[in-house]
Amino acid sequence: MTELVIFSLLNGLVTGLLLFMLSSGLTLIFSMMGVLNFAHASFYMLGAYFAYTISSYIGFWPGLIVAPLLVGLAGALVERYGLRHVHRHGHVAELIFTFGLAFLIEEIVQFFWGRATKDYSEPELLHFPLFTLYGQNFPAYKAFMILISIGIFIGLFTVLSRSRIGLIIQAAITHPHTVSNLGHNVPLVFMGVFGVGSALAGLAGVIAGPALGTFPGMAFVLGSIVFVVIVVGGLGSLPGAFVASLLIGWLQTFAIALDWSVNDLLDILGVSFDADHVLRDLWTLSLPQVAPILPYILLILILIFRPTGLMGKRET
Amino acid sequence: MSVTRRAAVAATLGLALAMSAGAQAADSIKIAFIDPLSGPFATTGESGLRSFEFAADVLVNHKGGVLGGRMFEIVPLDNKISPKESLIQLKRAISDGIQYIVQGNSSGVANALTDAVEKHNKRNPDQRMLFLNYSAVDPALTNEKCNFWHFRFDANADIKMDALTDAIAEDQGIKKVYIIGQDYSFGKAVAAAAVDMLAEKRPDIEIVGNELHPIGKVKDFTPYATKIKSSGAQAVITGNWGADMVGLGKAIIEAGVDAPIYTYYGAHDGITATFGELGEGIIRSIREGTLNPPTPEFKALNDAFKAKYPDNDINQPRIFNTIAMLAMAIEKAGTTDPVKVAYALEGMEYDTIMGGKVWMRPSDHQAIQDVHISVHTNKDIVVDADNSGYGLKDEKTVTMAGKDSPTSCEMTRPDA
Repeated sequence: MTELVIFSLLNGLVTGLLLFMLSSGLTLIFSMMGVLNFAHASFYMLGAYFAYTISSYIGFWPGLIVAPLLVGLAGALVERYGLRHVHRHGHVAELIFTFGLAFLIEEIVQFFWGRATKDYSEPELLHFPLFTLYGQNFPAYKAFMILISIGIFIGLFTVLSRSRIGLIIQAAITHPHTVSNLGHNVPLVFMGVFGVGSALAGLAGVIAGPALGTFPGMAFVLGSIVFVVIVVGGLGSLPGAFVASLLIGWLQTFAIALDWSVNDLLDILGVSFDADHVLRDLWTLSLPQVAPILPYILLILILIFRPTGLMGKRET
Repeated sequence: MSVTRRAAVAATLGLALAMSAGAQAADSIKIAFIDPLSGPFATTGESGLRSFEFAADVLVNHKGGVLGGRMFEIVPLDNKISPKESLIQLKRAISDGIQYIVQGNSSGVANALTDAVEKHNKRNPDQRMLFLNYSAVDPALTNEKCNFWHFRFDANADIKMDALTDAIAEDQGIKKVYIIGQDYSFGKAVAAAAVDMLAEKRPDIEIVGNELHPIGKVKDFTPYATKIKSSGAQAVITGNWGADMVGLGKAIIEAGVDAPIYTYYGAHDGITATFGELGEGIIRSIREGTLNPPTPEFKALNDAFKAKYPDNDINQPRIFNTIAMLAMAIEKAGTTDPVKVAYALEGMEYDTIMGGKVWMRPSDHQAIQDVHISVHTNKDIVVDADNSGYGLKDEKTVTMAGKDSPTSCEMTRPDA
C-alpha cells in the first residue's frame, strides 16, 4: 500500500506538471484573447513530432531547444496571419478557426509522419532508473520531466510578476482596452503570448513524446483534460492552473491505483444488496473504471459551485 | 526449342479458349477488400490491402492466373471500420457482381458481414458470394454464428489463448498473472478466456489483477504499471493494440516489472521499433506464421515485398494463405462458382510459405494451423520489423493448434 501511495504521488506529480505546461499557455491565451484554443494540444503534438525528427538527425538535446522554438514560431504565425484576421468576426469565428486548425494539424502530422507510432525515445543519458523502491523503478527521465516543468513554472512566474512585459500581460488579461489606450501594442503582445504559449505546449510535447508515446492521437487524449485544468484553476490564473494541474494529475493516478468500489463503501455503511439486484452494475463500479470521468465531474461541480475556478477572478 | 513450341501451343490454345468463351473468361476474378482505409484504423487497413495486392500478384497473377489465365483483382472498399458502412460497401460489391469478399479488422464488422452474406445468398441463389475472413477472431463466427459462406483464415481468439495459456502453464515459476485490456468486446473476451483457461490448466495460479481501461483514451499508463508491479505479477496478458499497446508495454517495462508480457498485437506497424531494446526478451506475441527463422521461400517473398515497399513489413502471413488457398480452390473446382469453391476449400490442406500446414476444418470453416509464441528480440533475426533490427523469433510452437477444439457450429450446406 505504501508503495502504491508513494508511486502514485510521483506519477501524479509528473502528469500534473505536464498538464501545467500545457495549461499555462492555454490559460494565458484564453484570458487575454478570449479564445478557447482548441488547437493548443495540437501544438503539443507538433512539438513531439518536430523533436522526433530533429532527434533522429542531431540528437535529443538540440531537439529539446529547437523544437519548442519552431512550434512557438508556428504559433506566432498562426496568430499573426490567421487568428488576427478571424478576430474581427468575433469569438465564435475564432473558436471555429482553432477547431478547424486542430483537425488540420492532425491531418498534416499524419500526412508527413504517417499513422504509426514513432520510436521517439529518451536520450541514453537518462535511460536508467533513478531509484528503486519496493522493487519498483522510478525512471530518471520522469525526474527530468519534473525538473523541466518546475523550471518553467518558476521562470514563467518570475517573468509575469517581476518583469515589465509581465506587467503588461497581466494588465492585458484583465483590462485589454485600457492597456491598448495607454499606447502599448496589444496585437504584438497577443502574438507574443500565443507564440510563447504554443512553444510551452511544444516543449511539453518534446518531453512527453518519449514517455507517453508519439502518435497522431496524442493531442486528442490530452486535449480535453487541459480545458478542465484551466476552468478548475480559474481563468488567467497561473497559480490556479498549477494547483489544478497537480490536483487532476493526482486525482487520475490515485483513482487508477486504488481498487475501491461502491460495494466497499456500502460494506462500511453496513448495507448489502443481492447479487442479482437490478442496479448491480452500479454497486460493482470500481474507482479505476470511473477514473477517466472524474476530472469532468470535477469540472461540472466547479462550474456550478465556483464559476471563477479555484483561484480565478473572472467568471467563466 | 520445345519450350517455345509448347508455349506457342499454349498461347494458341489459350487464345482459342478465350475466343470461344467470349470476353467473360478473360475477365479478372474480383475480390472485394472491405476494411478501413481512412480514419484512425487506416494504418491496419492499408497494411492489409498492400499484402493482399502483393499476394495476388506474386502468388497468382505472375504465375499466369487461375483457370487458364484469369487474374485476381483486389477491389478496395473503405468501410471506415463501421458495420453500417461495410454493408453499403457489400451492396456495391454485389452490384459489381463480385463473388469473393475479404475482411479482417473488427469482429463487429465481421459479424454484420457474415449475416448479410448469408441472407444475400439465401435470396439470390444465382448470385452467391463467399466471405473470407482473414483476421476477425471472435470465436462466435465459427461457432454459434457460423455459416457455409464464411471461412476464417486466422486462428480464433480462443485457440490463441489456449496456446498462450499452455506456455504460461508450462512455466512453473509463474504463480501470479495480471490481465489488462481495452474496455470493449475483444478486451473482455481475452480476459474471460484467460481466466477460464488458467483456472483449468493451473489452478494454483493467482489472477492478481483483471483490469479494463478506456480504449484509446489513456494518456499515461504509468499508474497501471505501478499497480501491476505492486501486485507482484510474474506474467502479464493483454489484447491491447495500437498506441494502447505501446503505452502499456513501455510503462510496464519502465516500472521495472521483470515479467513476460504476452500480447496478441505487440509487434509491427511502429510498435516493434518503439519497443526497441526496451522490450528485448519481454514482449511476446501469439501469432500464426513463422517470421524467424524464415523458410527460404518466405525470405525470398519478404525480399521481394521489401523491394516494393521498403517501409512496410509482411505482418499478416494469413493473407498469403487466404489468396493461395482461394486460388487452389478455384483451380480444384474448375470454376469460380462460390458453392463449388467453398466445397473445394472445405478440408483443404495447404503447405504455407512460412512453413507448416493450414487445414480448413470442414465442420466450422476455421483454419487450423500452427500457432507460435514469438519473442521480441534482435538476436537471430533475419526478417526484422519496422526496419529496426528487432523482430519476432519463435519460442514455442503449437502444431495444428485447436485441431480438436469443440465447435457449436451447425451449418446448412447447399447442393453442390
